[in-house]
Amino acid sequence: MARGYEPRLNRVASRWALIGVPAISVMLGSMTVLIPQVSVLPLLPPFGLLILLAWRMIVRDLWPVWAALPLGFFDDIFSGQPLGSAMLLWTLVFLVLDIFDRWMMWRDYRQDWAIAGTLVAVVQLVGLAIANGSGGNTNAVVLLPQIIVSILIFPLMVRLCARLDVLRWTL
Amino acid sequence: MAPPSPRRPGFSRRAQYGIFASYVIAVAGAGFALLLVLTSRFDPNGHSALQSILADMTSPVSSAARSALASTGDVGESIGAYFDAASKNKAMAKELAASKRQLIEADVLRQENRRLNQLLGLKNDAIQPITRAVLVSSTGASSRRYATLSAGASDGVTNGQPVVGPDGLVGRVVSVGRVSARVLLIVDGGNVTPVKRSVDGAPALAIGTGDGRLILRPLTSGVQFKPGDIFVTSGSGGIYRPGIAVARAIDRGREGTKARPLADPARLDYAEVEPIYQAPPPPAPSQIGEAKEN
Repeated sequence: MARGYEPRLNRVASRWALIGVPAISVMLGSMTVLIPQVSVLPLLPPFGLLILLAWRMIVRDLWPVWAALPLGFFDDIFSGQPLGSAMLLWTLVFLVLDIFDRWMMWRDYRQDWAIAGTLVAVVQLVGLAIANGSGGNTNAVVLLPQIIVSILIFPLMVRLCARLDVLRWTL
Repeated sequence: MAPPSPRRPGFSRRAQYGIFASYVIAVAGAGFALLLVLTSRFDPNGHSALQSILADMTSPVSSAARSALASTGDVGESIGAYFDAASKNKAMAKELAASKRQLIEADVLRQENRRLNQLLGLKNDAIQPITRAVLVSSTGASSRRYATLSAGASDGVTNGQPVVGPDGLVGRVVSVGRVSARVLLIVDGGNVTPVKRSVDGAPALAIGTGDGRLILRPLTSGVQFKPGDIFVTSGSGGIYRPGIAVARAIDRGREGTKARPLADPARLDYAEVEPIYQAPPPPAPSQIGEAKEN
């Protein structure tokens, strides 16, 4: 009452919120590695990538293809991977998803999950190859729990992004 | 009807060019990123300099978060401690009595050791740590095992210095920013530590596996490591001074003995940065001769 009259229909959402909410959510996802825990096992799923994929699946035309570059750069700052690894892989993921969009006009949620899960697994394995190229020597089996956790947690990220999608139109 | 593809904006030339340009930018950016990745392989020094600038920017964030969340790490452990409390208590009392006896024996040995050292004229310099700092965060999502240390070049930290926790060796510094440094943990797949068995000095290499364990490869053939063996740094090759505790063997596998690091970085509060150890040069032949004459 005190806020006065606000039209509930036909109102104009803020442009900043429309672009900013998804971008900030992905960046916060990338920053989860800052959680102050020094771990000996790579177990934390790549939240940045998962949230990015969830947004891409929910709102297909949210981002131009190059949006993966700055977001990937931000992820690289925190992830401990060699710089450029997420920039490269995330952009490739976007390009691959564009091809998928042409192949499959109609996709249901499970297909989205399968595609996203496969892409996350591939990104993590290629990321491992890049990390090993820069001096590491880790067996791919070590990544298995992390990949499984990532795939299982993806639906949760989709839910989160759907909530945020409602939020960004009402901000 | 199929949903309209956002990549086909109809007849507007402007929109079509816009989309084309976004693809050009994306592909060019991906090429640039590939170059960056390649520098990490072929010019690691330049690459780590780049990354240490970024680490400087982010370390205050995680050290603030760490102090706020300091106690959450051992919640699971404190709950687990309630199970079997009585039997554990009994076992611990027995252990305590045994270790008290051992402590007395060790005291005797220490005195004897000091006496013998005096006889030999050996000087026992204690190594002064360069600085003491907090391990603030690690790369939880990447397959490399780095941790960020809250001390950098302004505290005298330089590349290659070993980082030692209260329980044993943690890793070594691989890139230094002004106020933070990146530590390659000993469990990282790219880290090799020269070690020896504490009881008989059998040399081995402790190679990280990336999953929180180490593989021990004996350097002399015919040596079998048993579960429970303790390994300390041997000091050969420099960097780590001899005698820092590294790992305890847990089981014998196909490709070598698996070991667990004694210093668990996940529960580490403080770590000391030590100067790089330089093995004393072997005495010149003439000096040996003199020593014999004396």
